[in-house]
Amino acid sequence: MFSPEIVTAAVLNGLLTGAVYALVSVALTLVYGVLHIINFAHGATLTAAMFAAYVAWQAGIDPLVAVIGLAPLFFVLGYAVQRWIIGPASHGEDRNILLVTLGLSIVIENVLLATFRSDTRSIDVPYGFSSVDLGFVFLPMPRVIAFGITCVVALLLWILLARTDAGKAIRAVAKDKLGAALVGIDVPHVYAVTFGLGAACLAVAACVLLPSYFVNPRVGNAYVLVAFTVVVLGGMGSVPGAVIGGLFIGIVESLSGLYFGESLGQLGIFLIFILVLLVRPTGLFGARA
Amino acid sequence: MTTHRFGTTRRQVLLAGAGLAGTLGMPGLVRAQAAAVKVGVLQPLTGALAQDGQAGQLGAELAIKAINAAGGIKSLGGAKIEAVMGDARSTPEGGTAEVERLAAENVSAIVGGFASPICLAATQAASRYDLPYIVDVGVNDQIVSRGLKNTFRFAPGSSMVSGQALDNLVKLNDAAGKPMKTVVLVHEDGLFGSGLAKLLQAELPKRGFEVIDTIAHPTPARDMSNVALQIKAKNPDLVIPSSYYGEFVLLARTMQQQRVKPKGIYAVLNGAASNYRFVKEFPEAAQFVIDTNHWYDPRNATAIALKKEVEAQGKFFLYNVALNYSAMLLLADAIERAGSADRAKIIAALETSTFGGHIMPYGPTKFVNGQNTGAAAVNTQVQNGDIKVIFPEAFSDAKAVFPVPA
Repeated sequence: MFSPEIVTAAVLNGLLTGAVYALVSVALTLVYGVLHIINFAHGATLTAAMFAAYVAWQAGIDPLVAVIGLAPLFFVLGYAVQRWIIGPASHGEDRNILLVTLGLSIVIENVLLATFRSDTRSIDVPYGFSSVDLGFVFLPMPRVIAFGITCVVALLLWILLARTDAGKAIRAVAKDKLGAALVGIDVPHVYAVTFGLGAACLAVAACVLLPSYFVNPRVGNAYVLVAFTVVVLGGMGSVPGAVIGGLFIGIVESLSGLYFGESLGQLGIFLIFILVLLVRPTGLFGARA
Repeated sequence: MTTHRFGTTRRQVLLAGAGLAGTLGMPGLVRAQAAAVKVGVLQPLTGALAQDGQAGQLGAELAIKAINAAGGIKSLGGAKIEAVMGDARSTPEGGTAEVERLAAENVSAIVGGFASPICLAATQAASRYDLPYIVDVGVNDQIVSRGLKNTFRFAPGSSMVSGQALDNLVKLNDAAGKPMKTVVLVHEDGLFGSGLAKLLQAELPKRGFEVIDTIAHPTPARDMSNVALQIKAKNPDLVIPSSYYGEFVLLARTMQQQRVKPKGIYAVLNGAASNYRFVKEFPEAAQFVIDTNHWYDPRNATAIALKKEVEAQGKFFLYNVALNYSAMLLLADAIERAGSADRAKIIAALETSTFGGHIMPYGPTKFVNGQNTGAAAVNTQVQNGDIKVIFPEAFSDAKAVFPVPA
């Protein structure tokens, strides 16, 4: 039906798209794993980060350079939002957190709409149209870079969680909030740090996404639905699960787009979503809850 | 002495203040000679379509400014036109709700709507109040085929545009020595793209083109690599895309990345190919893309002056600006001839309109069943960072580059 070159190219392209899914999903799964909340403001945060990168670019800073400043900035913002808005507003009830994050997403999207209006904007970076020539396929340079950065971020995150005290505290809180508090871990602080890490991941995703995609005040939502699927596939709260799940979903989407038509490209994703829920509700790397 | 003088002054100040307050409080008294005619301007100002809606609103506002500056409606004693803004929030429900509000605020007519679904719903809601409604853009053929007496469309509908697109394509191809034989259609999978693709699939073979593939994609799409790869594999002479702005930009960029270079990209009613933002942000990917779309008359002096004014505000002169500007002038002309702000009289005046003072590449206005039969789309082409009209020759300001040099 399709020549092997096209199929291989589609797999590689899917892998590159999947890298961005992985990054967005890691942020979502991290917050879920520790705070046990679904962050409905996830898409809006991604959009906000993309606009931040866009503003930086307008000021003459390449997104790949801007990421150095934006990731810490979004960490601080995420920390502050969890510590002083979501935390206090939730009064310890998970339901409240859902509503607060939903409300936040509405506020963020509309502030962006009021500030930037709803124009769809893109940027033209010098490397935007260069590509890596593999002989049978051209891999667009911005997405190859995105793939590389995703791998680095995933590795850093893994080191942080597995090898540092902060990581240990995060894992402890994720396992047992009360127990962690009893041994002296500042639980609200850990919550906020985790939320900040999630926001920082989104900032990185935004910076690698912008050179090859476009931004408008609703753009983040296109990625969030996929991210939910990836998180369920990889196992709620599992960082390696989100990375592998993201890459896998990218390939599935690309191939099903090729074979069933682009309109039904999403079909593959949601078939997998349903299958996972039926056969292995904990996901590939899910905790044996 | 001093006290006396002070008292007088205070009284004077108070009197002057009271007089000023009276003037501010009752502005109606000052310009009582002619009551303003209220006109609804309905656009999707927020939501997914806000970019287009805000451009449309700008066009209507500029027209009202021009009409009022030129002395308002003379047959009504120089009555000014007063805009009542409505935000359709990019949904048909939003449009309907705003029509109800505008009708309650006693507007004499409504101009705008932009998207077909909004126009379909809003015109129907307005028809319940026999409220004249001039559709600015909405191309769906159903808008004027439901027998609504209040509905007038100034711009061409989709069957008119696609018919012209096909005719013009044949003419362009013949003039170039028929370099184009094979075509790949790329379309978004909603009402707009699918309908157009179906029509093109049926009509292109009759005109000597071979459609070798039809690729649908969703809106929003995150990735166009597969589409570009498939185009590359099929290697057509011509690509005809029908997508919204974001997706077409993504496709054009991906095609450039993947070194897919057909002899031409010929779009029909495309969101991007006649949008200055795309041309400005990606001059290389946009170069030589042809579109069949609404466009202002580039030889019209008013249009040229208006374009300068809009660009001086730091905004793009999108076709929405020109269309709403013209539609508002058309309405003012109808009110002028009706000599009344009465809705039924304005409808009667629109029905017999022969208005020619617009800035579009159209002939005189003539409504048949609500559709302006004098309307026409043109072919534009992106050339060296600008959008030029290349066809028909009567309105063109540049020669077509067709096929695209390798």
